[in-house]
Amino acid sequence: MNIIEVKGLTKQFNGLTAVDDISFHVNKGEIFAFLGPNGAGKTTTIKMLTTLLHPTSGEILVNGNNPITQQNEVRCSFGIVFQDPSLDDELTAYENMEFHGVLYQVPKTIRRTRIDQLLKFVELWDRRNDLVKNFSGGMKRRLEIARGLIHHPKILFLDEPTLGLDPQTRNHIWNYIKGLNKEENMTVFFTTHYMEEADRVSQRVAIIDRGKIVAEGTPAELKTQTGVASFEDAFLKLTGKTIRDEDVGAIDHLRMNRRLWHR
Amino acid sequence: MRLKFNGNSIEIMNAIYILWLRQLKRYFRSRSRIFGSLAQPLLLLLALGFGFGPIYAKAGGGNYIQFLAPGIISMSILFTAVFSGIEIIWDRQFGFLKETLVAPVSRLWIMVGRTLGGATVAVMQGLIVFLIAMAIGFRVADIHLLPLAFAFMVLIALFFTALGTAIASVLEDMQGFQLIMNFLLMPLFFLSGALFPLQGLSKTFTLIASIDPLSYGVDGLRGTLVSGAHFGLAVDFSVLGVITLALLAIGTYLFSKIEI
Repeated sequence: MNIIEVKGLTKQFNGLTAVDDISFHVNKGEIFAFLGPNGAGKTTTIKMLTTLLHPTSGEILVNGNNPITQQNEVRCSFGIVFQDPSLDDELTAYENMEFHGVLYQVPKTIRRTRIDQLLKFVELWDRRNDLVKNFSGGMKRRLEIARGLIHHPKILFLDEPTLGLDPQTRNHIWNYIKGLNKEENMTVFFTTHYMEEADRVSQRVAIIDRGKIVAEGTPAELKTQTGVASFEDAFLKLTGKTIRDEDVGAIDHLRMNRRLWHR
Repeated sequence: MRLKFNGNSIEIMNAIYILWLRQLKRYFRSRSRIFGSLAQPLLLLLALGFGFGPIYAKAGGGNYIQFLAPGIISMSILFTAVFSGIEIIWDRQFGFLKETLVAPVSRLWIMVGRTLGGATVAVMQGLIVFLIAMAIGFRVADIHLLPLAFAFMVLIALFFTALGTAIASVLEDMQGFQLIMNFLLMPLFFLSGALFPLQGLSKTFTLIASIDPLSYGVDGLRGTLVSGAHFGLAVDFSVLGVITLALLAIGTYLFSKIEI
């Protein structure tokens, strides 16, 4: 059963085609990696899947619902951890969780129970009343994962979940996620630039480059297809070795500012 | 257990409440920001109030501090309100806003919650400045008009929170913010009759003051706290009321168009 179905999806911005007639699917309960070089169209695609952007043309079905016409149904069915933290630094961990629960209309008693469970699950229970601004990057990431799960989504979207994290935290995070995938049959859709991670963790992969899907299959299939031993080499073979320079936008300025003032 | 989407009024109220509460918690937790933002109003009250006091009285204007205090109260409401709207620029990429935009809550309710929260915080700042003014000698003329004075404070706060939100929905980074501060907010404040009477000014000046929305707010506040509303209380209330509603509509529209 396909929990995500994309057919002929296209997105154009001012004459530039960011996503060009792509089609792929994600099976229910799968850990799926969506990979591609900088500027390939990954973020744009994810935004369309998560109701943040309207496609120019094409069809999307998330958990059987259309993100444009059934926006709230789609939003209830997924949780997302963005690349940049979207926590409120001046609130406590518990408050961040509570706010999410209220926004997603989770009834009070269930909400309280789940928050307790999830905070313990990501081992942040003793820090629940601390302000998030005092958390390390890894702790924030763990909190965001916990937060994204409060409403028991069917799909968890992760945009570069382990970027900048130490090996211990990365290992912990993937263990949580794999555990959830196994026990709750939760589908996981993630992007990463760490190819060994994608190889190790994902069951299926799609690679997008310059707006088009260039490969789709299991990591093993892709390695056989390209005739190389490592997944990173397979990726490089499929997308080429030229560097893709990204355009600097407002977000990059904000990110640089943020690094100045935070650790 | 599958989450059912209801969207009924209790859940909407909860969402608005939680966003309102968030603004308040953030305000009460930043002690340094509260005191810091009181410095300028206090300075103006003391320096201008006691500095210009004698000359103003000599020119037949009466007690300058009585005249000035409503203007300074409005100033603190203005700047606090705009800042809570402007927060959106940062929040958009690194904060709670992204989280709210992907939640199954209409952007309208998010905007309502944020605006009410931002306006509440701005009114609280205004009340603190009010108390400070009383501490240095400001006295209310008619306490029966206090509820109406409070209404003016709320309108000013709503107007400027909506303005901050509208501006921030359009700006993508903090660069434009300096321009907005110096070429929009400062003129709005200085040309509003907050610091000087609007009677007997040149035609041009009178025209400028009458198209400045804050003029009606300051005038209304002054009229209810002290006396002598230049435009008249009824005019102040209706003009301010109408443009606040208009700006809330504009702010909501622009906010709904934010893409992250």
